[in-house]
Amino acid sequence: MLQNDTHPVGLSADQFPPSWNKKSLAGRLELHGLYRTAACWIVTGKTPVVPRLNCPGSFLKVRRSDVTGISTGHQHSTGMALTQRRIAFFLGHFFCRRVRGARWVMLALLTLGCAGYFPALAANEPGTPPAPKKTAGVKADIPQVELINQQIRRPWESIKLAPSAVATDGEWCRRAFLDVLGRIPTVDELKRFLDEPARERKMRLVNRLLGDDYVEDYARNWTTLWTNVLIGRSGGSERRSLVNRDGLQQALRRAFQHNTPYDRLVHELVAATGVSKPGEEGFNGFVNFLAGSLEENGVQATAKTSQIFLGLQIQCTQCHNHPFNDWKQNQFWEMNAFFRQTRALRRFEKGRDIAAVELINQDFSGENNRPEEAVLFYELRNGLSKAALPVFVDGAKLRSDSGFVQEVDRRAELARLIASSDYLAKALVNRMWAHFLGYGFTKPVDDMGPHNPPSHPELLDALAGEFKTRSYNQKELMRWILLSEPYGLSSKFSARNKKDDPALGEKPLFSRFYLRQMPAEELYESLLVATEAQNTQTSYEKRESTKHEWLKQFTVAFGTDDNEETTTFNGTIPQTLMMMNGDLITKATSTEKGGFLHRVASDPKMNNAAKIHYLYLAALARKPTPQEIALANDLLLLRKGDPAAALQDVWWAVLNSNEFILNH
Amino acid sequence: MAPVGHELIGRTTNESENAYRTEPAMHDSQVPSGMTRRHFLQHLAGASALVLPAMSFTSALRAHAEDLKKRHKAAILLWMGGGPATIDIWDLKPGAPTGGTFRAISTSGSEQICEHMPLMAQQMQHMAIIRSMSTREADHNRGRYYMHTGYVPNPNIEHPGYGSVISHMLAEQSKQAHLEIPPFVAVGGGSVGPGFLGMTYAPFVVSSDGNVRNLPSLEQRHGEVDADRLSQRMLMLASLEKSFVKQDRGQSAQDHANVLEKTVSLMTSKQMEAFKVAKESEAVRERYGKTGFGRGCLMARRLVEQGVPFVEVDLNGWDTHSNNFKTLGDTKLPELDKAMSALVGDLSERGLLEDTAIIWMGEFGRTPRINGNSGRDHWARSWSVVVGGAGMKGGIAVGRTNADGTDVDSETYTSQDVMATVCKSLGISLETTFTSRNGRPMKIANSGQVIKELFA
Repeated sequence: MLQNDTHPVGLSADQFPPSWNKKSLAGRLELHGLYRTAACWIVTGKTPVVPRLNCPGSFLKVRRSDVTGISTGHQHSTGMALTQRRIAFFLGHFFCRRVRGARWVMLALLTLGCAGYFPALAANEPGTPPAPKKTAGVKADIPQVELINQQIRRPWESIKLAPSAVATDGEWCRRAFLDVLGRIPTVDELKRFLDEPARERKMRLVNRLLGDDYVEDYARNWTTLWTNVLIGRSGGSERRSLVNRDGLQQALRRAFQHNTPYDRLVHELVAATGVSKPGEEGFNGFVNFLAGSLEENGVQATAKTSQIFLGLQIQCTQCHNHPFNDWKQNQFWEMNAFFRQTRALRRFEKGRDIAAVELINQDFSGENNRPEEAVLFYELRNGLSKAALPVFVDGAKLRSDSGFVQEVDRRAELARLIASSDYLAKALVNRMWAHFLGYGFTKPVDDMGPHNPPSHPELLDALAGEFKTRSYNQKELMRWILLSEPYGLSSKFSARNKKDDPALGEKPLFSRFYLRQMPAEELYESLLVATEAQNTQTSYEKRESTKHEWLKQFTVAFGTDDNEETTTFNGTIPQTLMMMNGDLITKATSTEKGGFLHRVASDPKMNNAAKIHYLYLAALARKPTPQEIALANDLLLLRKGDPAAALQDVWWAVLNSNEFILNH
Repeated sequence: MAPVGHELIGRTTNESENAYRTEPAMHDSQVPSGMTRRHFLQHLAGASALVLPAMSFTSALRAHAEDLKKRHKAAILLWMGGGPATIDIWDLKPGAPTGGTFRAISTSGSEQICEHMPLMAQQMQHMAIIRSMSTREADHNRGRYYMHTGYVPNPNIEHPGYGSVISHMLAEQSKQAHLEIPPFVAVGGGSVGPGFLGMTYAPFVVSSDGNVRNLPSLEQRHGEVDADRLSQRMLMLASLEKSFVKQDRGQSAQDHANVLEKTVSLMTSKQMEAFKVAKESEAVRERYGKTGFGRGCLMARRLVEQGVPFVEVDLNGWDTHSNNFKTLGDTKLPELDKAMSALVGDLSERGLLEDTAIIWMGEFGRTPRINGNSGRDHWARSWSVVVGGAGMKGGIAVGRTNADGTDVDSETYTSQDVMATVCKSLGISLETTFTSRNGRPMKIANSGQVIKELFA
């Protein structure tokens, strides 16, 4: 059975009011008051008025959800959080009805509880934030994890904010799979995780997710994510596009399979030369990053490269000095000068269709026609022209301003400058943090600079330093974040972090896990997993292209020079319509022979309860509540005992729920 | 499953009920004879304050809201994505070095426009050209945001766009019109989101062919899952939604539930007919032009008739860094001319123009200077926007640019001013102040000033 959210009766500290403290007199008195009432009841056997508490469970293993009364969906009498008195009553009441002599055991336990025997009851001084002793992070002895935990806690302490409770293991497992592999866990994967020793399971799962077992899933997910960053969701989809999406994906996939250090990956993307299409001679998939953005003197290439890898939005300075940040017009054009040797040569097939693009570097004679000092000219707002030579954003110049490739390969120089720049690590740490925690240190993540100060500047700098020291190993960075305290917190507000809601425009404090919707790609992969269809025999390419076809329906391209686009998979009606009626859901909820529901429905090893249980685990990584079971029962009766049909109804509802689509 | 239906799912049900019931258990593990849908509903009682209109599935179709002739205010935004070269459309500079190749022609109003807009020229008595727009955002993303919201992008807050503001302000009117479809429809584009006004006012993005994806007709629906069953599923879903919302994890849980509710309302609504441009006669469809934008404009008219307070129709492809004149003359302007003139004319003939504001704009204009590729680049300092309808004065131009179009020669106007003007035309008070989710007060239209000439 699942052990995911069971705890011994000593309850977790953060569920008790601060006054519940063995050191505080008030806390003791309150405890004694409770003890007297409870003891009186236990001894006399007189049933007190117990609120509607109908949670099942054994005495010594009470589910956390039962105790907090939050996630069960039960109608507690007032809807307020339960007081400890009620918990005690409930435990005793429930237990005493079943086990002879239990009342005396209860009495003994309460006595011990009052004596502060259970460590969890001995929490903290009122008013101080909980000590890091009991944290959502994993005792991993990883200094970078400690660093995150410390730095994230600091602002909480100064404003007396208490973080949310620790997420259940099921929730944590689900989010780790979603964030690392881009899909939810299978029932087997979830069970394996929960069967491991509680103290080690998170560490072990992180090792697995980042290890050899999942290298293919990992590479697929990060390839998808980075393809979208580099060329957008629609990049390479048009008939006459210069970009070969498959080509880029092949190159990225290989890089993620081998966990190529980030600085090297970026170097390859920026400096790439070769042919865009897989299978052609001289193929280099990385050229597809720039292949489509070199027109009009590489203005877009300049903007994208700075934005994605350096976190600097300098595109607005193209025409004039930036109104809101420090960037100057000359800086844009000096960066642009690095791209002036680059050409994208088209190779045609059948008339005007573009078969492939070859990215090459050729001599740039300069707009002044002096290749030995090849400048470009840009226009100031007052109509005057100014010359620009390659200068990196930090002011670094090249050893030669020549336009001859043999003397200086400007783009390779740029790649070198980017790869050794301080901006690189910071921008990636910011991006990665936003990926795992829902918000970056800046918003948007790729617009950093003095005009947009980060929420946790010291942590950002320190993590960037660590990332650089660890040779830009992305998996290491992921490990630190995954095992940190903020990543392990519940998404439920606590009584004392209501203010921490960046959706309201507040700076994120990461005292809870922020809800976020799965992107369309994650939904697609998760549905495959939930319906156990991911192992069907199709080639990687076929599978990816089917997915891409499906994803297209949500992408809206604006048709502008910077290839802007948006998605309708954003929580609005088209998404809901797809979830309710779309082909993918129809397929996922089909009861056809050989399909997922059919297999579950006809599994002789499971009774109906186990089947419902299985569906909830598969989709939500948790058990159904008693009320949900009751509803499922009713549906079964309404379906005249046809379990497949009832399971279908339940499955449809579960997949359509907010709990399914929101990473929590 | 041998004894069909005799095995209840999960024994915990009865136990848990017993735990608080004083009366004897309602049923044991056998099928109770009284198991009905009512029983099912009882389980949900109290759990489902999220009242999904799911039950309406059973009654096939709900009553069709009548009284279409009732007057209501609306606005249609014709969004020219990419930034149109307004110097070649509404504010020509023939003879100037920046003038380009197009000639100017006279119109039914007092001003001249581009020769490639002959049909529109006959409708200009309804429209006003604001020739003195001067803004600062010359990046697509920032420009789109700014022109839609009246605010420059800010990392700490998301401002609501035109559609959300107006459909929010006209919500009471929509309620009276029994509007079941979303109050803000964006045809073909992404528009700008609802910001702090919330998902209720998010754009409903549809393609211009009028086919809403994944929207099964009721007949199709009956074939697969019957209405009873669907409403039972919906109730099951409503209970899941509700309990997750109650866990207090943040706004998106509630947003999801709200959108679900709206989707169900839409799935059962006969008003969805308004999207079906194919129902119009051949002549009407021909008048608007059989292009994406033409169908979009026709759909906009149908939606406004149905009571939708805000429709945005997108026409992309104005980012003419190269081949500006060929692109405009051959494709963009003929498509625009046909559809826009048909929309203005049709609305006017149907008496709808008096209450419907039309706004034509993009994120910025384009450089007066023609670049080496016969193109024009991004330019925000001096450009034009066109408005009309809803009582705004037509046939005129407001403000003017200098001889080569590089600067404004009169008082300049901004996105805020246009928005304030449109709000005024719709009877929306400019004293309105929104409160963002973190409690910050936000004046409607960012305190823009009404352009007085339009209401003289």
